[in-house]
Amino acid sequence: MTEPMRLIDETGAVVGDGLPAPEVLLDGYRALVLARRLNEQAEALVRQGRLAVYPSSHGQEACQVAAAAVLAERDWLFPTYRDVAAIAARGVDPLDVLVLLRGDWHCGYDPVATRVAPQTTPLATQLPHAVGVGHAARLKGEDTVVMALCGDGATSEGDFHEALNFAAVFASPVVFLVQNNKYAISVPLARQSAAESLAAKGAGYGMPAVLVDGNDLAALTVVLSEAVARARRGDGPTLVEADTYRIHAHTNADDPSRYRTDDEVERWRPRDPLLRLEAHLTATGALTPQLEAEFTEAAEELAAHVRAGMGEESALDPAELFAHVYSTPTPQLREQAALLAAELNEVRS
Amino acid sequence: MTEKPTMIQALNRALHDAMAADDSVVVFGEDVGPLGGVFRVTDGLTATFGENRCFDTPLAESGIVGVAVGMAMNGMRPVVEMQFDAFAFPAFEQIVSHVAKLANRTRGRVRLPMVIRVPYGGGIGGVEHHCDSSEAYYAHTPGLLVVTPATNTDAYGLLRAAIEHPDPVVFLEPKRQYFTREELDPEPAVPPIGRAILRREGRDATLIAYGPTVPVALAAAEQAATEGRDLGVVDLRSIVPFDDETVTAAVRSTGRAVVVAEAPGFASVAAEIAARVSERCFHHLEAPVRRVTGFDVPYPPPKLERHHLPGVDRILDAIDQLQWDEA
Repeated sequence: MTEPMRLIDETGAVVGDGLPAPEVLLDGYRALVLARRLNEQAEALVRQGRLAVYPSSHGQEACQVAAAAVLAERDWLFPTYRDVAAIAARGVDPLDVLVLLRGDWHCGYDPVATRVAPQTTPLATQLPHAVGVGHAARLKGEDTVVMALCGDGATSEGDFHEALNFAAVFASPVVFLVQNNKYAISVPLARQSAAESLAAKGAGYGMPAVLVDGNDLAALTVVLSEAVARARRGDGPTLVEADTYRIHAHTNADDPSRYRTDDEVERWRPRDPLLRLEAHLTATGALTPQLEAEFTEAAEELAAHVRAGMGEESALDPAELFAHVYSTPTPQLREQAALLAAELNEVRS
Repeated sequence: MTEKPTMIQALNRALHDAMAADDSVVVFGEDVGPLGGVFRVTDGLTATFGENRCFDTPLAESGIVGVAVGMAMNGMRPVVEMQFDAFAFPAFEQIVSHVAKLANRTRGRVRLPMVIRVPYGGGIGGVEHHCDSSEAYYAHTPGLLVVTPATNTDAYGLLRAAIEHPDPVVFLEPKRQYFTREELDPEPAVPPIGRAILRREGRDATLIAYGPTVPVALAAAEQAATEGRDLGVVDLRSIVPFDDETVTAAVRSTGRAVVVAEAPGFASVAAEIAARVSERCFHHLEAPVRRVTGFDVPYPPPKLERHHLPGVDRILDAIDQLQWDEA
């Protein structure tokens, strides 16, 4: 069995060559602190009933942060529903991202302006879209790269296969990052695949594939940067499997005690991506108490921003239901909009 | 005198002209490249415009439609071919969950100017999965435009209109008419999507048809004329948006209506049309609106399909039942 590529172990010790520069790791650590705080804040909002649902990436923040950090501004990110932290790390206001999960609309940011595709719940269906964006970029002679995220469960879907096959055949500039967090809601990895690893699937597509420690930000940064550079050169897609773990439940509606043991979760806690990078940066002296305090303050500001935004009443217009279905509403939709408007007037008067 | 073009040639010319007019139009799918499509609708496009503009893909319909979504997100106008009606079903999730919904999902910030071409319907002696009338699935999905031509001029014009449209269009090609030869204007009109047309004026009753049943309805009207009944024929051209105005006006003028469609009738487009006409024309109707559709059976084997497809006799029988004695 291939071991995941790793540069920093659980104790913070360097165990491989080619470590990113200290300032890169320090930036990454800061982003990890923010991502963790965002996850915690969103989960708190769910408990308070101010957010309908939140699929936390707690424990997977290194994947979230690295996926965003290796991209240029012109590149695209195709996230899943669990990747709020990645979208925020890309620079999108978390309040715009959470529009979906607070139930105001299906997507709260501009995908073209932010170069982040909408989050949706079907698995793997975003992957062919990512290939299409990449293929169009190539046809237009642009060197744009697309980072497409999915989880271990999604690798069983037909669209995963179709997207990777298409990307390989057309040498599309796409990096497929599979966050293997070991569970698809309750179903363990062993029920998704009998392959030695998910990265092993790359061979079937004729695509280079790398298995990387998904809780090691340094290793992720190196592996994903290389994959992005390869795609940008026109050398085609890469499959990256990040070995990580979903520490928290699937969502607040889930009960993990029905399908996994506390012991298993406890075994993963020491492998936390923040702990190990903190240990490493503290040992090298790069992370000073002063910097740590600055990062914590930034994280608290982010959390306060989210709390404040969530505290505000959403201004929703029921007429918007009809506004975007077509570029010009059909006569039938105009009739239905008038019906709803009349109902609302009646309620008010 | 040159031979009149087939509907295939009219569609091919529309693709040619659209690609020549706009560099962002790209055509892809299965066998659409050097072969020119199994029906030759894409004949010559790769040779003329190069393999970046018209290309074969892996055999993966969900991937084809999903990739088209991404390309449309990134500034292209993809026109994809689903080789047969039933071969579009692997792409159903992409069509229903993303093609139809992305514009709404993003509050109109991302529109998908893409066309999904689907040769549909039976009457060609084809096998079970080459003959489906799949329009109800698409028409039931908000966010899709659903268009089907019945003449070569409309095949050209509606395909051009579909490619130019900012919204995604499911373009249903009645493969039974693929080889029909008809005059095509040198500069065919490009009709707006969403407008039906009265193909034949009639005083006594109105036949409402679309795609492959339009010629059948016209033949029925010819036959009825010899028997002293004057039937009008409406060709919908566009199922979504639905042209209530034209249909309602036609039915009100006659007071009798029969909807003719090839698809199984239960929960069908024909059912929706009958309901709409009844709601809007109730006080003008001399008889209940009738439907002549395919039976509610899986598509029959070739030797039995003639029993399934709405034909002239079945249409005229339905006309006979429109309470003429009580008039």
